[in-house]
Amino acid sequence: MTLSMGQPLRVAFGEAVAELGKENERIVVLDGDLGSSTRADIFEEAHPDRFYQMGIAEQNMLGAAAGMATLGLIPFVSTFACFAVARALDSVRVLIAQPELNVKITGGYAGLLAGMTGKTHLMFDDMAIMRAMGHMVVIAPADEVEARQAIRVMAEHEGPMYVRLTRPATPILFEDDYRFELGKTTVVREGSDLSVFSTGVQTTRVFEAAEVLAEEGIDIHLVHVPTIKPLDVAGIVSAAEKTGLAVTVEEHTIVGGLGGAVAETLSEHYPVRMKRLGLPDSFGESGPNDQLLEKYGLSVEMTAWGIRQFVRGVVGR
Amino acid sequence: MADQQALVGPGVGELEDLARQARVHIVRSIATARGGHLGGPLSAIDMLVALYFRVLDVRPQEPDWPDRDRFILSKGHSSIAWYTALAMRGFFPVEELATFDAIDSRLQGHPDMTVTPGVDMSSGSLGLGFSGGVGIALGAKALDRDFTTYVMLGDGECNEGIIWEGAHVAQRYQLDNLVAIIDHNKLQQFGWHGDDVSQRLPPYTGSELVDRWSAFGWKTFEMDGHDIGEILETVMAARDHKGSPAVIVAHTVKGKGVSYMENDFKWHSRVPTDEELAIAFAELGEGDGGGAGE
Repeated sequence: MTLSMGQPLRVAFGEAVAELGKENERIVVLDGDLGSSTRADIFEEAHPDRFYQMGIAEQNMLGAAAGMATLGLIPFVSTFACFAVARALDSVRVLIAQPELNVKITGGYAGLLAGMTGKTHLMFDDMAIMRAMGHMVVIAPADEVEARQAIRVMAEHEGPMYVRLTRPATPILFEDDYRFELGKTTVVREGSDLSVFSTGVQTTRVFEAAEVLAEEGIDIHLVHVPTIKPLDVAGIVSAAEKTGLAVTVEEHTIVGGLGGAVAETLSEHYPVRMKRLGLPDSFGESGPNDQLLEKYGLSVEMTAWGIRQFVRGVVGR
Repeated sequence: MADQQALVGPGVGELEDLARQARVHIVRSIATARGGHLGGPLSAIDMLVALYFRVLDVRPQEPDWPDRDRFILSKGHSSIAWYTALAMRGFFPVEELATFDAIDSRLQGHPDMTVTPGVDMSSGSLGLGFSGGVGIALGAKALDRDFTTYVMLGDGECNEGIIWEGAHVAQRYQLDNLVAIIDHNKLQQFGWHGDDVSQRLPPYTGSELVDRWSAFGWKTFEMDGHDIGEILETVMAARDHKGSPAVIVAHTVKGKGVSYMENDFKWHSRVPTDEELAIAFAELGEGDGGGAGE
């Protein structure tokens, strides 16, 4: 089954935060001169007086957001993931995470598909870095439906949060009545052969890969993990118990992100054979999206191939 | 809050004596903790005493009072000076200064807004406190709140790029509710060497600091950061300036008040020996010579 195409997560973000801005006057958006890319411009259009252009100066932008949060404002800071997480990391650490200030960090163009930019702009260690950060909540929605809800949940919950937003149009995985719950996993496909954990937009590719594998007799139990931190330990353990095998898949390095989190959890609570699929120890490169996904093993076909290889290795078929 | 006057409080002579007492607390606290910084706190303390007793509209018994003036010590390594001013103003007992840098203390090596009453923003990674202050001033404008945000910077701290990011944005939004005070003590921790390595050059010389802030569109002032009367007058003028953020370049002496610490970069973060301590207390008019106490 092929999923139907939806809006990019960045559009979902812009529309959702603009909508929230109507309900809550404390919501402000800070932009690091990328609003037309991150789609923070949708908020500016709706609420020009609460949109703050902070220039190409991310360290100060994140620090200033912390200052605004001390007054009860709810700043959504918008830039590319590479600048929010890497460039401005010290501001995030000292002024947002340590004092647990209510700043919402939105990392645009996260992952492998940053619009032909190359390794300077590709950010696929963001979840690992932000997950290691004390007090930081880390969210990676799968589609526009979940992204809209995640933005709302971020506005409603006090504390520092990071959300991963991606650039290209993304298939729609969830029905309109789906409810994103902070810190909870959701089973998107019941299966019995092995448990696959996925996060972010990669879940849509894994979902389609599962259909391919089903035709080959491999029945996947697919668990979507939209909150990388805090992690749904019970949900992950119970899914591992169901099949006794675990694979993680993410558009992110296999170091320290979802794969790391699941490996840490299962090794302590319920050790099973597992395989981490995702990006290798590298920085990536420029290229068209489909070719990048193919080369780095994240396309539907390559995801199916990776899972198939693991199953064959374990059960010898 | 924007008055035209300094707040009612101790006169200049009394403030000078409070500053002298504060220096004793600072030196004693560092000696007790066997760590921390001295040079920067001693250059900043006259200004902190003047601010806390005559300028900042704050309520020591209600440190989170929403309409208070904000103060941020962005040169966070001078925390003991901030804690001393806060304690003397009544935010917490002066005796608590003896816990500086101790395990479980509310008085952390660098300021932590989550534990210390009166600390409006964490700081210590240089430059960050300033950007937090820019955000507070920006937020105060957004919320139509009528308080002033004061941020004290080090001159060496102005090496940090984030300072100039924030300076640009503050000017862009005409944050005339923001006053930066630069403790221009002419020395940083180690700095650049001169003709030989025992000579350390200032981070900025002559009018360089004033020129740079002026070029960024800030209203600039200069003052003697050890002259209480001049401090009060200049800070009021900076606070009352409208149309742009204001910065005061305060000319100070690192280690001010203890002869052998003055203008010597090695006292940035040295701990005095018992003998040195006795000399310091004698010079500060602390008759019995003190000792590290506790």
